[in-house]
Amino acid sequence: MTTVMIDGVPPDPMLERRELIQRVAHKTLNRRMLASRAVIGLCGLAFVVALVPLFAILFSLVQKGIHWWGIDFFTKTPLFPSLIDPNAVGGISNAIIGSLVIDGIAALFAIPIGVVTGLFLAESTSPFANALRSTAEIMTGLPSILLGIFAYQMIVVGFHEWGIKLPGIGFAGIAGSFAIGILMIPVIIKASETSLRSVPTPIREAGLALGARNGVVARKIVIPTAMPGLITAVLLALSRAVGETAPILWVIGASTINTWDPGHEMASMPLQIFQSATSPYTSLREETWGIALTLVVVVLVINLGSRLLAAWLQRERR
Amino acid sequence: MATTPLAVPDPLLTEKSRSFSVKSDWAHWSVLYGVSGLFALICAVFLISVIVSSIPAWRHSGLSLIYGKTWSQGTDSFGALPIIAGTLATTVIALIFAIPIGIGSALAIVHLLPNKAKIFASSLVELLAAVPSVVYGLWGLLVLAPWFEQTVQPALGNLTAHHFPFDPPYEGVGILLAGCVLFVMILPMIVALSRDSIAIVPKEQFEGALSVGATKWQVLRKVVLPAARTGIVGAVTLATARALGETVAVALVIGLNPLFPHTLFSTASTLASTIALQFQDATPLQVAALGALAVILMAMTAIVNWIGRRLIRRAAVKAQFV
Repeated sequence: MTTVMIDGVPPDPMLERRELIQRVAHKTLNRRMLASRAVIGLCGLAFVVALVPLFAILFSLVQKGIHWWGIDFFTKTPLFPSLIDPNAVGGISNAIIGSLVIDGIAALFAIPIGVVTGLFLAESTSPFANALRSTAEIMTGLPSILLGIFAYQMIVVGFHEWGIKLPGIGFAGIAGSFAIGILMIPVIIKASETSLRSVPTPIREAGLALGARNGVVARKIVIPTAMPGLITAVLLALSRAVGETAPILWVIGASTINTWDPGHEMASMPLQIFQSATSPYTSLREETWGIALTLVVVVLVINLGSRLLAAWLQRERR
Repeated sequence: MATTPLAVPDPLLTEKSRSFSVKSDWAHWSVLYGVSGLFALICAVFLISVIVSSIPAWRHSGLSLIYGKTWSQGTDSFGALPIIAGTLATTVIALIFAIPIGIGSALAIVHLLPNKAKIFASSLVELLAAVPSVVYGLWGLLVLAPWFEQTVQPALGNLTAHHFPFDPPYEGVGILLAGCVLFVMILPMIVALSRDSIAIVPKEQFEGALSVGATKWQVLRKVVLPAARTGIVGAVTLATARALGETVAVALVIGLNPLFPHTLFSTASTLASTIALQFQDATPLQVAALGALAVILMAMTAIVNWIGRRLIRRAAVKAQFV
């Protein structure tokens, strides 16, 4: 390197150090590039490894589950395999109806509470709102089995112990709805708060400037604007709730008949999977794949559907 | 600037206009406070109910519930230490696998893949997060367990001549399998959150470091990872909370055995899986003891979760899929 002297400018004091750095950088370039390529290769490998379980699970589900699908599987109640006929497994209509009723009722009470609380968190800056936000976050992370205990203590034995006689108290679908609903609320709160907050402030202020009350602005401006986000929030919470097993493990009882009555003992798809997976009968264990495939398809349809629907609503609006 | 007094009073400043003030919408705010108060009430009742349900057990065993070394439902001796040990062991195994693979995948998604593939890869990871936990448990029990029993465990056992930590018997189920299933379950969370915290590192920093001659890995190690550190640690913390509390998947593959895990293949039990599997035919005292496990579990996960949330919030990552 040649040193160029310009009149009035002193020579670069860092020149020597700079040359040293360049020399070292040049000398180590090959080694550094090699290390870089190796690590980046490892990262790619990690990504591939991360995807292996996904494809392995999906492969197992489809390979072992698809042949169970048929009219009888979805419309018949289960049979009991015995030593005489170990292959009698029947269908899962009771579990499908149970899941529909339990998750439907859960959604019915979780959606209003969740969305309105989300609105409150998005609009209020009070200390109560901040405390509630932290509570909701911690609730989202709590193990769902705890809600099973809660539902058991409250619905299954609680009312009975307190001497309150209500129809449908004891092991019942409604106890499962209670647990699942409480599980859904914080998820809906969190996601709906995010989407309600993303409504631009100028739009709110325009409404307020026209003299609309806060409530009118919320109902007519904020909620409609945030609707795609709210729908995604609700459906994501629902897709999570449909697959939850732990909270309903010992509160909905077990039913092998088709019943739409939430005051009755019920069956449910995730619970059926849990019970059949540990069954001594090979036929029941194998049938589990059919139920699991059904459950995963339902969950993925809700999950992907919510994203597509939100994207579509967003596009329609423009 | 001097203001000239208005000849006519400003209509917006008259008495009537007060009803437009922001705080005045009484009905609106009472609905908001009422409903969110209801949610707060539910949370409070939930907390109290779980704690109250455990009181008989604390009365029966005192603090030996936490440090006692035997858990036996038959003899009503409740010491949760082996169960806590099982919980921690499975979580640690899961984290050992999940941390390098999760962060590696996050780096690969952000800095290796072309833009279109990024979105696709992210959706695949979120797909993995959507699969219900009982399906992971089923897969672990019916696919992984036989494979572990016949192939993986004997092979690992050969490495150490069938001594620690790969002692027989090879049963398939056990803490190693539970840890592997947990690894698959917490992976999407680590990938999604670290991906987001890596993606918000400004592009200028990345390119600036490249332009002074650093290789890609040097940039990732010296610039990107330190900048994203808070978010990544938060992601791992949240994943830890999830692993501690996972119930049905672990219940299916841990081989419920309330003893200290001595080897990687030991059957053991975790707090959540014990609650799930022993609740069915428990006496009231045993139900209370399981309630005490629930209190311990709740305390553990709430603390870990709270720390994780704070880290994530400090890293300013949008935590959407948590």
